[in-house]
Amino acid sequence: MSRIEQRFAALRAEGRAGLVTYLTAGDPDPETSTRLFAGLPAAGADLVEIGMAFSDPMADGPVIQEAGQRALKQGITLRRTLALVRELRRADNATPIVLMGYYNPIYRYGSKDFARDAVAAGVDGVIVVDLPPEEDSELTAPARISGLDVVRLAAPTSDDRRLPAIIEHASGFIYYVAIAGITGTRSADAGEVADAVARLRRFTDLPIAVGFGIRTPEQAAAVARAADAAVVGTALVQRLAFNLNPAGTARPGLVDAVLSDVRPLAAGVCAARKQI
Amino acid sequence: MQVPNTLRGGPDERGHFGIYGGRFVAETLMPLVLAVEQAYAEARRDPGFQAELDYHLEHYVGRPSPLYFAERLTRHFGGAKLYLKRDELNHTGAHKINNVLGQTLLARRMGKRRIIAETGAGQHGVATATACALFDIPCVVYMGHTDIERQKPNVFRMKLLGAEVVPVHSGTATLKDAMNEALRDWVAHVEDTFYVIGTVAGPHPYPMMVRDFQSIIGQETRVQLEKAEGRLPDTLVACIGGGSNAMGLFHPFLDDPEVAMIGVEAGGHGIATGLHAASLAGGQPGVLHGNRTYLLQDEDGQIRDAHSISAGLDYPGIGPEHAWLHELGRVQYVSITDDEALEAFQLASRLEGIIPALEPAHALAHVAKIAPTLPREHLIVMNMCGRGDKDIFAVADHLGVKL
Repeated sequence: MSRIEQRFAALRAEGRAGLVTYLTAGDPDPETSTRLFAGLPAAGADLVEIGMAFSDPMADGPVIQEAGQRALKQGITLRRTLALVRELRRADNATPIVLMGYYNPIYRYGSKDFARDAVAAGVDGVIVVDLPPEEDSELTAPARISGLDVVRLAAPTSDDRRLPAIIEHASGFIYYVAIAGITGTRSADAGEVADAVARLRRFTDLPIAVGFGIRTPEQAAAVARAADAAVVGTALVQRLAFNLNPAGTARPGLVDAVLSDVRPLAAGVCAARKQI
Repeated sequence: MQVPNTLRGGPDERGHFGIYGGRFVAETLMPLVLAVEQAYAEARRDPGFQAELDYHLEHYVGRPSPLYFAERLTRHFGGAKLYLKRDELNHTGAHKINNVLGQTLLARRMGKRRIIAETGAGQHGVATATACALFDIPCVVYMGHTDIERQKPNVFRMKLLGAEVVPVHSGTATLKDAMNEALRDWVAHVEDTFYVIGTVAGPHPYPMMVRDFQSIIGQETRVQLEKAEGRLPDTLVACIGGGSNAMGLFHPFLDDPEVAMIGVEAGGHGIATGLHAASLAGGQPGVLHGNRTYLLQDEDGQIRDAHSISAGLDYPGIGPEHAWLHELGRVQYVSITDDEALEAFQLASRLEGIIPALEPAHALAHVAKIAPTLPREHLIVMNMCGRGDKDIFAVADHLGVKL
């Protein structure tokens, strides 16, 4: 059983949804970034999503764009992102780690080498925003051999004709993009999310995580009533950015400030189904 | 690599030219891209659509554009006979309008109520704003902040035409960032918006569709040269940013092996300096903006800044069909530096009374290199794909002239 399967099984046993947190690897600097990721599970993150910085993140709003720029300026690369995961795995062999980003760095790395090295580093899954089912066999094939889950995305625009193609070859979980738009721009509508999750469940038994447009503990709780996990990214990256000096360096207390925001999100997600 | 029977049959049904092209977009956009593909396939089979496009190309754009024997340049070079395909005489001053009219008619056919576009030099933005004024469709043009600074006349033109010009500050604030921002807009307005892409790049069907709309350049050239010289050209030359004017000129001749073709990339300060926009000469295959193609990038797959004196060529990628033709060896790709282009810009102005855009000035600079070495009966057709009015401020600046 993979770490992702184990974690979702444990969540089901507890009768609750999970919290997935997103931060970009290497933001705002390698050392602070490592401390942030290392602190997330204790603060309540059930799955950790690690952004692979890319110069041209077409699906991201300004907050995550800037996070990537900061990380790239600090010298982050895909190789160093994998090294970060190796470092995290020395202390934590249970929390599922999923990389999220764009295809070009993976393609340059070589998708076969990437799948092998990612699994060796301790990565459980990968989400590639600009690699739709029509194009992703060059990654899903080597990923299957290496044991790396390729998490497929579904969107409000994915109709019933498309969903079977998305579900086929999907592994780990399905990532439902709750809004038609880029990250961090508008709020997801809880009713629409519930309808969409119900629709997805007609096609798959895989767990369903919902992201894009979830900022507050209340929104996370609302999503957690329907979905298996709620993903929060921009709000956390924004908290990180609030704790930077004008020059872009981390202020003392940055790590605590971000982790303090994770706790109420986790509490919201945990309590969601008890309130019903 | 296997060479197909025809080079004009691409792409395959999934939008691939060899390993290039494809549809590398976010899932949110995928159904829209498929809808554009289906609508275009239907429009292509509809004689009414083609008739409406032809009508506007003739009466609004002013096609066919002349194929002009450049006698003084020919004499100056002292070798091959040079013809210029005068697409700079089109309404709005460049070849861009050929494609924009096609896509705008398609957007109308699909019932879209809002059009977005990206622009570098501003020519595609002006063409899109023009078509949107003509067909009364709200228009938003994304343009890098850096490009807005160096292409002020075109920014004002777009505003006069009623378009909203949105400055893009992210990344390097040039054409690639404008395209990122247009894609972000499209994701957020999936219901009502049509994205008019300006070059033979982006997700399938755009590279094919834009090529088809631009192929009128080569089709006319074929007929016009037959009339003037009774035969096919020996060499075609065109500049390449994304490569739409070149694809439009080349495509109708791809299956004529006796016709040589040369695409001219922007060499900036020189390939060796790293400050250039020559994706084939200085890039590697990668995935960006919906397609796999040659890209300027570092070892980690991060996209590098392009550099060119010409805002219209300042793009770190190239259309996927060019990447394919490059690997097949069917088209030869070369590069020309900023300084060489500036010299050709002045040469055409002085000798022919034609002020070229900086983009085709690159093509002319390469013609200047090869024409003297070729015999007098050798026929070169160069695409004069845009006029230089938009560039006079930038050129004056480079020549140290205060206006």
